[in-house]
Amino acid sequence: MMKSKADEEDYWNSSKFKAFTFDDEDDEFSTLKESKRTVNSIRCLVEEDDDKEEVEKVSWNGEPVSSNSWSVSETAASNQRAEREPAFPKINTVTISKSHSGYSLSSLFKGETDGKVSLTGSSVLMMSSCCDQDYVSDWSPEETVHRMQQGKVVSLEKFRSLQDKLLLLDSCVAAHDGNVITAVLIYLKRTLSKEVLFRELEPRQTALSHLIHYLTETRDQRLLLELLRYTCLTCFCFQLLQYKEHLSIADENKRRDFLKSCLSLPFSPEDSSHVQDHYTLMERQVIIETTDRRAERGEKVERALILNMPLITTLSYCCLYHYSESEGTFSSPLNIRQTFKISEKQFFVTALGARAKLKAWSDVDALFTSRNWLGFTRKKSPLGFQRVVDILQKNSAPTQVLQDYVALVDDAELRITLAQKHKCHDIVINTYRDLKDRQQLLGYRGKVERGSGEERKIDELLNNLQIRWKN
Amino acid sequence: MAHSARRDCPELPDFSLLKRLARDRLIYLLEQLPGKKDLFIEADLMSSLDRIANVSTLKQHEVDKLYKVEYRPVVSTSDQLCFLIRPRIQTVKWIYVANADKAVGRLRKYHIIFTPQKFFACEAVLEEQGIFGDVTTDEWSFYLLPLDDDVISLELPEFFRDNFLAGDQRWVRTAGSALHLLHTLYGPFSKVYGIGRFSKMAYESWREQVEEGEQRARQAEIGTVFLIDRDVDYVTPLCSQVVYEGLVDDIFRIKCGCVEFGTEVTSDKSLKVMLNSQDKVFNEIRNEHFSNVFGLLSQKARNLQTAYDKRRGMDIKQMKTFVSDELKGLKQEHRLLSLHISASESIMKKKTQQDFQELLKTEHSLLEGFEIRESICFLEEHIIRQVNMMESLRLLCLLSITENGLLPKDYRSLKAHFLQSYGAEHLLTFSNLRQLGLLVEQPAGETLTVMESRVGKLVNDKTAGKLTGAFSSLAKKSNFRALSRKLNLVPKSDEEYDLRVPRDMAYIFSGAYVPLSCKLVEQVLERDGWTGLEEVTKLLNGQEFAVTADSSTKSDAQRIVIVVFLGGCTFSEISALRFLGREKGYKFIVVTTAITNSSRLIESLLGNIKGSD
Repeated sequence: MMKSKADEEDYWNSSKFKAFTFDDEDDEFSTLKESKRTVNSIRCLVEEDDDKEEVEKVSWNGEPVSSNSWSVSETAASNQRAEREPAFPKINTVTISKSHSGYSLSSLFKGETDGKVSLTGSSVLMMSSCCDQDYVSDWSPEETVHRMQQGKVVSLEKFRSLQDKLLLLDSCVAAHDGNVITAVLIYLKRTLSKEVLFRELEPRQTALSHLIHYLTETRDQRLLLELLRYTCLTCFCFQLLQYKEHLSIADENKRRDFLKSCLSLPFSPEDSSHVQDHYTLMERQVIIETTDRRAERGEKVERALILNMPLITTLSYCCLYHYSESEGTFSSPLNIRQTFKISEKQFFVTALGARAKLKAWSDVDALFTSRNWLGFTRKKSPLGFQRVVDILQKNSAPTQVLQDYVALVDDAELRITLAQKHKCHDIVINTYRDLKDRQQLLGYRGKVERGSGEERKIDELLNNLQIRWKN
Repeated sequence: MAHSARRDCPELPDFSLLKRLARDRLIYLLEQLPGKKDLFIEADLMSSLDRIANVSTLKQHEVDKLYKVEYRPVVSTSDQLCFLIRPRIQTVKWIYVANADKAVGRLRKYHIIFTPQKFFACEAVLEEQGIFGDVTTDEWSFYLLPLDDDVISLELPEFFRDNFLAGDQRWVRTAGSALHLLHTLYGPFSKVYGIGRFSKMAYESWREQVEEGEQRARQAEIGTVFLIDRDVDYVTPLCSQVVYEGLVDDIFRIKCGCVEFGTEVTSDKSLKVMLNSQDKVFNEIRNEHFSNVFGLLSQKARNLQTAYDKRRGMDIKQMKTFVSDELKGLKQEHRLLSLHISASESIMKKKTQQDFQELLKTEHSLLEGFEIRESICFLEEHIIRQVNMMESLRLLCLLSITENGLLPKDYRSLKAHFLQSYGAEHLLTFSNLRQLGLLVEQPAGETLTVMESRVGKLVNDKTAGKLTGAFSSLAKKSNFRALSRKLNLVPKSDEEYDLRVPRDMAYIFSGAYVPLSCKLVEQVLERDGWTGLEEVTKLLNGQEFAVTADSSTKSDAQRIVIVVFLGGCTFSEISALRFLGREKGYKFIVVTTAITNSSRLIESLLGNIKGSD
């Protein structure tokens, strides 16, 4: 590895990357005893912890909760020391009492400055031959974790009994170092059977999250699915992950078939219907796409692809190219509306946009038409006319078309604003006339073209003595 | 905003030291590989590296060719390949794949420099592939990148997703180490306040590192630290930004303190511009509400004109001094001024296009808890018209947080519409948002209380007590509303708010809302702890702490406050803190895991990306 970093400039000492300095502590054995005592006392701490966790696990949003419960009180936190140097109190109530450890191993490790941790392969790395194995293997779980955090030499191999392994896991969870937690989990994954590992992880949410994330990152889909199936019974993670696989399938037929296979998964009732819709849509898209590609060959303009597009985009496509088809065909907008239970408003908006894009104004008009029982037609819209104007205008509808709809905006002020914006002079003029607002009308005269029909109309109105102006 | 500023604001420490340290360390690492080498740099490290060392520095240390890590086969002829990457398993795997040399018996030196630190999981990949040792590794402990005089970033956007969504605490120690570095260089800190799970963990990690290292007695430059988890306040980053810097970030995306203005701003070719306090024009408008920016810019333009006009009637000698002393500065200012004017114009154009006013109106209604039905209706139409998906999601989340979840019927209908409009695979996005508590269904709270009282009559007292406990955990009233009342976050709407003369931090949201995160900072500093804020912290799920090492020192350093955002902070929050600092005589230094905004926040939670978790 690298050459010694100990002789680097001063400031590295102050950062995390300080060179090795083992504490010169003499009474190793007392420390050892102390650590042993600590280890033995962890069990109960850990169990207490688990209890709390179970209470916390019912949290309403199902968010994984840390295995640590904190309780810091102002008073506990503010026990100050009088020294110059700031010495901050711990706020962690769980962390096991820290022994300022350090066997003076410097003699053993002379020259070794960069530690390694063996995780997957060879057992004990970089142990000098003169090293007394007993010393090394007697590091407590906390000390091991602590050394790992500092990137020093450790061996995980000595944690053989399940109890030891779990103590190790719990103490790195207590140290809040995800890096070390994952390292320990990799070791546990290698040395424990799946059944045991899963069983032990189930009550350990934090560790479980780390393993899930690790398996996700290493793309170990198989084990991940097994793990989720075992541990996440209520949150549908397993189903969603399985469903997610479809995103990495490029071939449309395979993707569709995969989605079909997802239908049998026990999703929540709500999601189940969404997945069903997704499959039906994909199936539909493949059919439409195949038929249309065949038919399209003669056409000059290429149509946009609809495969893997959202439902509404598909509907919009069908409104563009299959508008008048009878309800029996797969590509008929009405059929799609029926199949996917598309709301009236949604259908209306989509059809409006599509027909406007094609400048099929009569179709647009027809969308609004409803007859009352006397046979009169009047324009009705599930969408505010202001929005209708907006959609039409975005599809570059001409003023003649726009003004029909601007005129239908209920609110007079909004109507005037829209009419002014889209230069529907007649509407502005008529609205001011209806409001008997002479001043505004006079003002608007300056905005229309000189000598135009609009100007004449304004003049006529202004000269009309029959109108009782309010100003 | 020079008005009403207190004169006694202390001076900021010099953070360029951080850059120097990072550069020296990088050079040291490169020197460990004597001889020519090709350097492969992870794409998202490029900008940060740019701020630390330029190409010539790298060349000086025998870097031959530079490549971007692109997950394609390596085509280098060099005998030494060095990879400068984030500790990501995916990248390490790519290096392994690229390492086909072993098969053909070619001997090259492979070296990976992880930054800011290595992860065991990455080394495990090397070990598993049997190339541990063949590939050597090292760490570039580059934690903190100063983006500006008062903004330092860890440039770790993944902190948010990894911690809050995946529950992976790998970056906690990184945050602790970053804090430790600041403590060593600019401390010792004497007060640390914080709120949130990860803040507490980062504090612990830092404290342990302090205990491990030796203390050097030095004069503290920074005395106070405030740590906050992003999930304490999701409302603020979800609001549309309306101060200049925030708007520029929302629209053009500021990356690592640098923005690329496209042709819509520059009219010929796109231009990369550094945005920081060095830019005099930008510095004056960055914290201003957008409605104020045009006025300020035109004022500046007039001043510039006057300065130019001075040269009229000058004699030759005066002219000479003018050209040598002032002209260059004026020209520079001229260039910047026209740039920011074009940017503002472009912002105006974009914002009027997309019904920005209506969006803002809805947003303000949600914050106020007023006309919620109308807002839901607007949101539904927004979705069915298939306009901007990110905006739809943003408003959905905002609605959910402010209302403490959506009514089941609304949730289902909006979700169904959303999936129809933007794609069924967003089922996964909804699952992520639910997991984070950003977008949830109300557990039918009102009906429960009715049921509860009925059930209570039927069963004996003891059981009823248990039931009440169970019900009350479900039927939470909107936390946001309660917080908003307690902390006065939403000023009364009937009062006029003069955005030119802001009276509180609400100006960053047009006077509609005081950012919760910054309000907490203000309150805690004022009270010197969390005393009196018990009800507030209860609503925020507790997890608050305040520790004091030595309260006797009353120095300027106490008024230099580091605010650490774990999970990202927005430019609007930075502006709010700058305002608070001027009002109360503090200097705030924002340390964040990354700069965020609503789009970044939501993008990191989208579920439709293949291969992500």
